Amino acid sequence: MFTGIHFIPPDTKIGFVRLRTITWVISALLTIVPLLLVWKVGLNFGIDFQGGTLIEIQTKESVADLGDIRTKVHGLDLGEVQVQEFGAPNAVLIRIAAQPTEKEQQDSISKVKQVLGDQIDYRRIEVVGPTVSSELIAGGTVAVVIAMIGILLYIWFRFEWQFAVAAIASLVHDVTGTIGLYSLLQLEFNLSSIAAILTIIGYSLNDKVVIFDRIRENLRKYRKMPLTELLDLSVNETLSRTVLTHVTTFLAMMPFVLVGGEAIFGFALAMVWGIVIGAYSSIYVAAPLQLILGVKRDGGMTAAPTKTKAEARARA
Amino acid sequence: MLHFPQWKLIVVFGVVLAGLIFALPNVFPRTTMETMPGWLPHKQVSLGLDLQGGAHLLYQLDEEEMIEDWLNKLRDDVRETLRKDRTPYTDLTQNLTTRTVSVKIRETADFEKAYEDLRKLSVPVSNTFGLTGAHTLDVSRSGDNGVLLKATDAGLTQRMDSAIQASIETIRRRVDAFGTTEPSIQRQGRNRVLVQVPGISDVERLKRLIGETGKLEFRMVDASASVQQEVESKQVPVDDELLYSKDDPPQPYVIKKQVLVSGENLVDAQPGFDQRTNEPIVTFRFDATGAKRFARATQENVGLPFAIILDGKVVSAPVIREPILGGSGQISGNFTVAEASDLAVTLRSGALPAKLTVIEERTVGASLGADSIAQGKRATLLGLLLVVIFMFVAYGLFGVFANIALLVNIAIIFSVLSLIGSTLTLPGIAGIVLTMGIAVDANVLINERIREEVHSGKSPVAAIEAGYRRAMTTIIDSNMTTLISTLVLFWLGSGAVRGFAVTLTIGILASMFTAVTVTRLMVSYWLRWVRPVALPI
Repeated sequence: MFTGIHFIPPDTKIGFVRLRTITWVISALLTIVPLLLVWKVGLNFGIDFQGGTLIEIQTKESVADLGDIRTKVHGLDLGEVQVQEFGAPNAVLIRIAAQPTEKEQQDSISKVKQVLGDQIDYRRIEVVGPTVSSELIAGGTVAVVIAMIGILLYIWFRFEWQFAVAAIASLVHDVTGTIGLYSLLQLEFNLSSIAAILTIIGYSLNDKVVIFDRIRENLRKYRKMPLTELLDLSVNETLSRTVLTHVTTFLAMMPFVLVGGEAIFGFALAMVWGIVIGAYSSIYVAAPLQLILGVKRDGGMTAAPTKTKAEARARA
Repeated sequence: MLHFPQWKLIVVFGVVLAGLIFALPNVFPRTTMETMPGWLPHKQVSLGLDLQGGAHLLYQLDEEEMIEDWLNKLRDDVRETLRKDRTPYTDLTQNLTTRTVSVKIRETADFEKAYEDLRKLSVPVSNTFGLTGAHTLDVSRSGDNGVLLKATDAGLTQRMDSAIQASIETIRRRVDAFGTTEPSIQRQGRNRVLVQVPGISDVERLKRLIGETGKLEFRMVDASASVQQEVESKQVPVDDELLYSKDDPPQPYVIKKQVLVSGENLVDAQPGFDQRTNEPIVTFRFDATGAKRFARATQENVGLPFAIILDGKVVSAPVIREPILGGSGQISGNFTVAEASDLAVTLRSGALPAKLTVIEERTVGASLGADSIAQGKRATLLGLLLVVIFMFVAYGLFGVFANIALLVNIAIIFSVLSLIGSTLTLPGIAGIVLTMGIAVDANVLINERIREEVHSGKSPVAAIEAGYRRAMTTIIDSNMTTLISTLVLFWLGSGAVRGFAVTLTIGILASMFTAVTVTRLMVSYWLRWVRPVALPI
């Protein structure tokens, strides 16, 4: 019977943690470069966080006259206006900067509709006023922080504090890495980006937990093994799972990037990137960090008699 | 471990079957569903605004305006109270920033009585649970014979609550005029109303209808004043005010402040046509009080012009030719047919307690929604196909088990969405896709464990048993972290993003059942049936 292909052979002995000097540099770069990018290039904030108006139109002609639309909308004197093609030659995205008041914001739509006429399909109109955008910024930040704290507490509760710290450190790595992608490609950073980041946090952690679980198990099992070796063993033992699970999620998500349409492209791309970067940080950030943080060998486990029994069984 | 007690079997089969049956309506188009027998569930997942098209409008009630109105009214009440007592007073003023009205009583002798009477203007605040112990006003002495009336937070909250309630009802009546299915109008936070109307195409008209306060007043035109002169000098008699018509350019009118009849006394308003000029008009009918007042006012003022004022703008100012006693009348004002019909809706639905401003708008056209559905469907099916193939390639038979469980999982997501009436959004579809990854991840964990156990020389049954048992804590721990961030997302998000959190949460919870219990059931049956010497994994 077909038994499935073993993509990763069972007894890999790759020195992930042994190579840590190199990977530390890479991880540090992956964390710092995005921050520099955000600092120097900035994020392409969508109207959710900046306020403003977004109008997606589709023209009856097969190719939209961008120049004409640009001239017409610029003529309205609404401040900064962006006109760009959006996914198809006859689809156009118009972005208008935030207006001083909610009322002017509303008026800007009717003005645009007036100059563009009604021979156009208005596919999407989004207006976010100054009140809402500032609330969304606050809400988004709070959400990411709360999610991180919640996860930190959970891991702390289930594991040792060293694991929790390692988890958060690698999450910071994942989050900055993801934000870096937004900055690099100038993808619109909006509410769904926060959703992407939160999901990446959750998903990436999912993976760390599996490795942590194995490290904990091995700590009990091999009490004399040097920590570097033990960490490498744990990563290697879970390697097949780490790779396979990321591949399945990657495969599930990838079609959304390719054929999911413009509306969800940014979100899907961030997710896919998050899946990749999360796999990296599980192996190269979360596990080796244990060395620095000095996870306790006993971890207070000898205190509980049931645990010692488990250990005895494991050693036997 | 591999033995399932009977009751557990029944529960597992029951849940799987229910999941499949309740998800079934979503497979067929609505028209096919209608021909199905009645005992089958018919509920389909309702689509979010981003998928079916529609408008999402977040309105904010102007709190400042509401406070101003309240203080104006409070000042009038103070004046009235003191007049009734025949108490001479001075310095009756209001202050918007401190939310106070202050007045000075001239004679010290009058003060105590006046103070006591003014205190009665403050009434207890109640909420749904009864009296709260708080009052609407803080009435205190200030300085020399002065009384200070301060609007309290509790009073303000009560006012805001009732204003929002009234707004919701008014908006509902106005939105109903569009005849769309299932509009949702709900309060958000302290002073906001979220209006969601699926499938609406003319959003501009919707906004116009909701944005109109709809305060209708019948007042006399001050025929003795010279409009020209007053516009130039900006000097208007104390009992008058200068108002403009809605024409372009606006016509000025000098209007008496006294209101003859207001929109509150309307019982009906309908669009129609003037029989002589064939112009679109709005006909209206007053209630008994309104009719009586209107009759008296028109009797007293035959030959004089009066003004019909909507939201501070003069709609028309006809001359009263004869007393109008029947309690009904008509408004004409160069309307288009659509304007007349919208005005009728506005008047029928009653006035909004304060102005509502759009602070967030998200509108999706039907064509974009349809495109998103098509793209979402295509991407999901493609993703599903890739995952299913990959799982088979990676694990063979055990991959097939995982794939069956995955399909059950997706069915459960759809059936739960249909049952709880949660909407499916485009990010929600992405949530389903992510669930596919997470659900098979549980099987990856289990299968990898089984492989390890087989590798260490365990028998098939022992390896499977150990594999499931040891993977379980990992599965729970790893899913918990995803659930934590998903819950945060649910709490933070609105609309489309929340849809993502919903499907992901349902999916993860369902995966603990399908990926673990359902596959284990399949594996144990397979074990009993085949009794393999070695596991094909």
